[in-house]
Amino acid sequence: MSPADNDRTIAQLPDGLWSQPAVTVPDLGDVEPVQRLRLPASMTYRYNPGLSQTRYLRGLEQKKIIGERSSDNPDVYVPSRGMNPTEGTPTTEQVEVGPKATISSFCVVHIGFGVNAPPTPFVSALILPDGAAVSLYGTLLEVPIEDVRIGMRVEPVWVADDQLAPSSENITHWRPIDEPDVPAELLKGHM
Amino acid sequence: MRDVAIVSVAQSDFVRALTRRNEVEMIQPVIQQAFDQIGATIADIDFTVSGSSDYLAGQAFSFVMTLDAVGAWPPISESHVEMDGAWALYEAWIKIQAGHADTALIYGYSKASPGDLPRVLSRQLDPYYYAPLWPDSVAMAGLQARQMLDRGAITEAEMAGIAHRNREAARSNPHAQVKGSKTVEELLAEDYLSDPLRTHDCPPISDGGTAVIIAAGDKAREWAKRPAWIRGIDHRVDSHSFGTRDLTRAPSIAKAAEKAGVHDGPIDVAEVHAPFSHQEKIVRNELGLGDGVAVNPSGGALAANAVMAAGLIRLGEVANRIMSGEANRGVAHATGGQLLQQNLVAVLEGE
Repeated sequence: MSPADNDRTIAQLPDGLWSQPAVTVPDLGDVEPVQRLRLPASMTYRYNPGLSQTRYLRGLEQKKIIGERSSDNPDVYVPSRGMNPTEGTPTTEQVEVGPKATISSFCVVHIGFGVNAPPTPFVSALILPDGAAVSLYGTLLEVPIEDVRIGMRVEPVWVADDQLAPSSENITHWRPIDEPDVPAELLKGHM
Repeated sequence: MRDVAIVSVAQSDFVRALTRRNEVEMIQPVIQQAFDQIGATIADIDFTVSGSSDYLAGQAFSFVMTLDAVGAWPPISESHVEMDGAWALYEAWIKIQAGHADTALIYGYSKASPGDLPRVLSRQLDPYYYAPLWPDSVAMAGLQARQMLDRGAITEAEMAGIAHRNREAARSNPHAQVKGSKTVEELLAEDYLSDPLRTHDCPPISDGGTAVIIAAGDKAREWAKRPAWIRGIDHRVDSHSFGTRDLTRAPSIAKAAEKAGVHDGPIDVAEVHAPFSHQEKIVRNELGLGDGVAVNPSGGALAANAVMAAGLIRLGEVANRIMSGEANRGVAHATGGQLLQQNLVAVLEGE
């Protein structure tokens, strides 16, 4: 990958990743072929996050990461959708997890997607909050890329208090903290 | 052919808008009830299959999320249809016939309330010629009702009578959304919604779901005192190009009924999936039901119509009446698409 490609989207890459054979058009005689139809469509939905996700989003509004667990299994899911997915039973207990957390996997992104992506290259990571059974997805900043590793300890960085909303965007990114790494052995089952 | 029966049926209450719960929170208690009724768990189930559509709640991969309600660990054998749960049951039945499973969990559900359902349903249409014109589902049904009225195949009073009978029957259905009806005379005095359809001719918009467990042979006998055996099941399709159809008929229903063996014995009860009042007469005619058959004792789709569940519930309602001993041989019909385009017919029978 040449450095010049770092700030380009995949769709703009020369011979893009999804290159396809040339389009052929059947012989229609004198009729000019229609090669494109414009069929605009949009629909508006009013989304209801439900009981469990509402509790998660209200927690984020107070800079708290709220996980949930069912009565028949100790695993804390975050964010919970209301069920323990391995048991198929409702999560009835709320548990605050984190805010300190551990990197359980990471990836160095060279081609940015999305409107909120930081300048490339950056690190996206799976982040296991203390006390949770599953990892959250987030962006890791404030650290040289070559220093990032599985087991690294991190903490969330929140938006300013006057911008807090019931939204996952309340955590702008995660950053390292000065604590010893968690051995990979202890992350088994969570990565 | 293996003997396969419905042994457990559960359904949610149906409401216009279940705003507090998400889809998985809505369907989990229903699945749990289907298990509890026969003392089973997911470990007893060989195959799980659901029917739903992401377009309804406007949520991508919603069926993957609702799998959280099943307890899919260790990993289960699972499938999904972007159709009514009745077609999910058909897939499960095939799986059992093929010898790949002895038991199956089927569920169908939707929350239509987040979107504008009549517009959302227009996305089922041909994407190049029909869908860009955004015909809503009520207007489409109006085209069909108009053909029937002009041909003398039905009257507005008959349509009101069908709506009245279904909603009065729904008074005894604890899960129904619309229970009871004004008199036929009062209904006919009301304004049109999409002429020739009045509000009473149209189904309610419903959130909710249903879960059904089926099993083969001795397993079915172990789980149910009187299993509702699936004696025949078949599904057929009419053209999706409405201009080519005689909309007053649905030959696919007659064909499916013949293949499912509807006419091989007497029918005590029928549950037909006719979202619009005039459609009940089409379904009834195509099934060849006699006058003595009780049609839609549950209130049918005019009393509750959760898209992707309303067809599966028809099978469940017939099965419940057989399992309770109230009926001996019944027919269930499910429809999908617009204007009775796709149809499934099943014959259920006691031992």
